[in-house]
Amino acid sequence: MVPLSTFLDLTFTGLVIGAIYALFALGYTLVYGVLRLINFAHSEVFMWGSFGAVWAMTFLGSRPNMAWPAAVGLLLVALVVAMAVSGGVALVVERVAYRRLREKKAPPLVALISAIGASFMLSELMGLRDRVAGWVGLDGVLAPYLRQARENTAFVNPLPNVTVLSAGGFEIRSNQLIVLVGAVLMMIALDQFVSRSRLGRGVRAVSQDPEAAALMGVNQKQVVQLTFFIGGLMAGAAAVLYLIHIPVTRYNVGFILGIKAFTAAVLGGIGNIRGALVGGLVLGLVENYATLFGLESSWKDVVSFLLLVVVLLFRPTGILGESLGKARA
Amino acid sequence: MRSIVKLAAPAAAAALLLAACGTTGGDDTSSGSSAGSSGGSCPDGISIGFFGALTGPDANLGVNIDNGVKLAVDQHNQKSGACQVKLEPYDSQGDQNQAQGLAQKAASNTKLVGIVGPAFSGESKVADKVFADPEVNLVHITPSATNPSLAENGWKTFFRVLGNDATQGPAAAKFITGTLKKQKVYVVDDSSEYGKGLADIVRKDLGAADVKDNTVQKGQTDFSAVVADIRASGADAVFFGGYYAEAGLLVKQMRDAGLSNDQVAFISDDGAKDDGLVTAAGTDAANGAYLTCPCLPPDKAEGSFVEDYTKAYNTAPATYSAEGYDAAKILLDGISEGKVTREDLLSYVKTYDKPGVTKQLKFDDKGEPSSVSVWAYKVDGGKIVADQEINS
Repeated sequence: MVPLSTFLDLTFTGLVIGAIYALFALGYTLVYGVLRLINFAHSEVFMWGSFGAVWAMTFLGSRPNMAWPAAVGLLLVALVVAMAVSGGVALVVERVAYRRLREKKAPPLVALISAIGASFMLSELMGLRDRVAGWVGLDGVLAPYLRQARENTAFVNPLPNVTVLSAGGFEIRSNQLIVLVGAVLMMIALDQFVSRSRLGRGVRAVSQDPEAAALMGVNQKQVVQLTFFIGGLMAGAAAVLYLIHIPVTRYNVGFILGIKAFTAAVLGGIGNIRGALVGGLVLGLVENYATLFGLESSWKDVVSFLLLVVVLLFRPTGILGESLGKARA
Repeated sequence: MRSIVKLAAPAAAAALLLAACGTTGGDDTSSGSSAGSSGGSCPDGISIGFFGALTGPDANLGVNIDNGVKLAVDQHNQKSGACQVKLEPYDSQGDQNQAQGLAQKAASNTKLVGIVGPAFSGESKVADKVFADPEVNLVHITPSATNPSLAENGWKTFFRVLGNDATQGPAAAKFITGTLKKQKVYVVDDSSEYGKGLADIVRKDLGAADVKDNTVQKGQTDFSAVVADIRASGADAVFFGGYYAEAGLLVKQMRDAGLSNDQVAFISDDGAKDDGLVTAAGTDAANGAYLTCPCLPPDKAEGSFVEDYTKAYNTAPATYSAEGYDAAKILLDGISEGKVTREDLLSYVKTYDKPGVTKQLKFDDKGEPSSVSVWAYKVDGGKIVADQEINS
């Protein structure tokens, strides 16, 4: 029998990684809700955000275990940079890979392929950044940011990692708590934004009925841009929280993580913001709970995708069901 | 004694073959007669290859070896004016799925007479079979693939210049229980040909001291379930069989979860012995980790190797650089002595017996080195330094 402390340990760490999946999943869910398209370049939006955070820390000279005020300040800067980079990349993806196709009323499959192309392009561009910098003669100046372009790049987390709670062999560390609380706060803020603000109402309107929304004076182009941008912002935040949890990134970090986040979105009901939260947390928990049944860690993907298949068999629209427009309290 | 007889037989056979060729072919006689005289010319474009990861997730290990090989080739080309040898890179990205095609590409290159590599055990399993094909018959010396079963297939073209995991595994187990005095060891592997193979040997040798096992995937980054399980098992040491990227993240997440180095020691293997481990874990978490390796500490290498390497690359030799140099040197010595066909070079390597920078280089009939040593290394202040030799 598994001791209670281990069960709590698995539950808590499962929620931590699940919260990151959830935040990452928002980008898939929002874009799907508005455009009925899967934005496969979203994983690279996340990856670029993670590099934004890493480079901000390198630039600012972050060191491990700094004093709290300085550490929190640095981390907030990293957060802003990562969100800005991710938001920017998401806008570029929308502009380059989607807008023309939408204007020309291309079939959805074409947009899908174009997104996958954008994903490869963005990923390899990061993996080859040393050579790209070499062509323009910046490889000397930028050397600290180009080192081993295809290898792991370390994120120097300035926060001290202290024990917040310790009881009977179960521990909660400050870093884990920051990730979990940070992710949930971001999601609540987004949920409130979409369900209460004027811009959010526009997003929901386009999602429910694009033509009626246009007739009512909603600027559809703007709403689509806004959706990509918000998804990017959330991916940037997810990237910083991911780096607090796992302090390295690389050019292809978005691939597996993107599949997980996409799974979380589908599991919870794609197009549904609260569904992304539920899906992410459930996925994180299930991955960890595989250990409870004596399965080795390498089985965790088998277990989580089995769950996805089973859930979709009985609820084809996911746990909370589809549709951004209808998801309301 | 027995091994000498066994070695002598194929060597004699090869000599006969050579003599037979000499009576019929024209080209072969000239190359045969120039044997021994160094500095002679050799066929235009003659090349040796390096087979291993030069890009991809585990590229650090491959690049370290490749640098050693390059150094040997450059030195050879400088010294022996007329006999210029080319180095062909075969970049496998450490990916087993690419090994077959790449090996066939190497096999069909008629100017290629020998290979250093393949670097990893997984790709070796695929590629070595291609090289051993009697039609191909391409001699290759691996400076880093340590899976013991590679030598058990009767592949006549297989050689390696370092101890295999059948020597590393028991040495690691002995180091953990004997030197570090740990009683409860949690053994994790990355399900790779190499990581699982080595971890299984360690498991067997630890016996009752192995309290629990787990496997992870290559490319996995979140190990929280593993860490929770380590804590639950009450282990006082963790052995990880695999490569540096996963090893670094695992030790980082252990330390993050409050399992300190005093409570739970972390021991890994030669695949994890790379600065990439410290990059992934950060200096604090990596400090105190032990790494076993059937490789000589680079600064213990003989002659001017360390000096030459440092001069050429502005960095000290890293894991398997010296082994890569040695492997290349054997092939280059053969070429200098006029062994410029695949057949000749193969029989030359079989009977090779000269001091290299890492050890006396000599192979038994399976292609294993006749003398091996396993060392324990330790991460200290963010650097991997030699700790002690593990006497088996």
